[in-house]
Amino acid sequence: MSTPEAKLNVTHLNAGYGDKAIIRDVNIAVPANSVLAVIGPSGCGKSTFLRCLNRMHELGPGAHSEGKILLDGLDINSGDVDPVLLRRRVGMVFQRPNPFPTMSIFDNVAAGLKLNRVKGNHAEVVEKSLKQAALWDEVKDRLNASALSLSGGQQQRLCIARALAIEPEVLLMDEPASALDPIATAKVEQLIHELKARYTIVIVTHNMQQAARVSDHTAFFYMGELVEHDKTETIFTRPSKPRTEDYVTGKFG
Amino acid sequence: MNAYAGRKVVNLVMMVLCGLAALGALLPLGSVLWLVVSHGVAGLNFTFFTALPKPVGEAGGGVGNAVVGTLQIVALACVIGLPLGVGAGVFLAEKGDSALGNAVRFTAEVLSGVPSIVVGIVAYGLVVVPMKRFSAIAGAVALAILMVPTLARGTEELVRLVPRSIREAALGLGVPEWKTSLRVVLRTALGGVATAALLAIARATGETAPLLFTALNNQYWNVRPDQPTASLTVQIFNYAISPYDDWHQKAWSAALVLLLLVGGLNLTARALTRNRLKGAR
Repeated sequence: MSTPEAKLNVTHLNAGYGDKAIIRDVNIAVPANSVLAVIGPSGCGKSTFLRCLNRMHELGPGAHSEGKILLDGLDINSGDVDPVLLRRRVGMVFQRPNPFPTMSIFDNVAAGLKLNRVKGNHAEVVEKSLKQAALWDEVKDRLNASALSLSGGQQQRLCIARALAIEPEVLLMDEPASALDPIATAKVEQLIHELKARYTIVIVTHNMQQAARVSDHTAFFYMGELVEHDKTETIFTRPSKPRTEDYVTGKFG
Repeated sequence: MNAYAGRKVVNLVMMVLCGLAALGALLPLGSVLWLVVSHGVAGLNFTFFTALPKPVGEAGGGVGNAVVGTLQIVALACVIGLPLGVGAGVFLAEKGDSALGNAVRFTAEVLSGVPSIVVGIVAYGLVVVPMKRFSAIAGAVALAILMVPTLARGTEELVRLVPRSIREAALGLGVPEWKTSLRVVLRTALGGVATAALLAIARATGETAPLLFTALNNQYWNVRPDQPTASLTVQIFNYAISPYDDWHQKAWSAALVLLLLVGGLNLTARALTRNRLKGAR
């Protein structure tokens, strides 16, 4: 599957905490401007895999990882890559909406620019990001209100806008809709479709219909191993491994 | 007598005992307030806040220089103590699960149990002896040493309450760790930290012992931080142990002023906390 043109190219990735291995020998490539869905039962290493991609994994106590992750051919774990700068290229949206509670809606979206002292027209970037996140019309009249005054679904779209404002190339989404109601979920999924044109997206999800709806490729993780990785259509219609078939048809997990 | 009636009697007795205990706890506070207000109010007038102390036998005079001196010493103590206390607290919360963190935490615990007069002696040795004179700075150092441990532990607790997800949100935006700690995590906890700081300041404002041989006293106006400086608490002490009725009156009035100052700080802290609770939905 590995191709040199891939946006992300992961080879022989192992990761874990202390003596405990969480993911073992994962090989996967993500083409630019595509959506990769990562599915699998709880504890299978999906989130750990995601967090290796922007080096958030290494922040945990005793965390370690081996193997190669290439972003546009650059080894992100090499000594001269600053994880802080990497995270500006590889943005992340978390499972639960986590806006900064003491900041206004505007400041939340501008936070990445302000905290990193990026010069320029912040108001323009905020408007653009909120429009991309399909939140602008709902909040344009109250940008100075507290971020906590928004509903859960709005907060999650605010977090997406916040991630987009620093203009990353890759967007990692860790079960972004699991804390949302169906209407907010539909909005976030619609959003993923639109964002694909600009970004490469890796999304972890427990919801198989969601994976089928939003992704181009799907990777099935089980017990820390990548069992199967193929076009989403193939995974959900004629997977090559029986374990994948059992999972996507709901026989286990 | 059946079991139910017995329980009711026990219940009544316990309620009365608890009520008495509550009254007993309130009694000292009530009597302090009553004594200070009833004795102090007679000597209060505008010049009491603006005038210098007069020698014995002369009418009038006030504690204006002591009010200014107290504010000056406490402000200096804040300049030294707040960054140290809050900084140490953030360190303990973010990197405290290390040998250094445990050492800092243990030191803070021991330090918060050291009697304030001992802290005064330390400041005397650290500042007064090398400078060869008593000064507001020496007093401020003593008060800062008292503020730092409680403030550090308070800040640590409050910063630890900030959810992990908030930290991760900032780190995920490519914000360096130190900036995440100070500009995002500490900012989120700031309401609570401000309350802890005000309470520490209120406690320091009421201290006498650490000032006796550090800031000493001064009968005149003084703005230079390297000179002996008057403070309300030391002034009260001096007036109270004097043999003159007029000075006893001044001690009561100065005590009332001090009580209002410290009480005001406490009420501000309470108001801040209440607003914060409201703000958090």
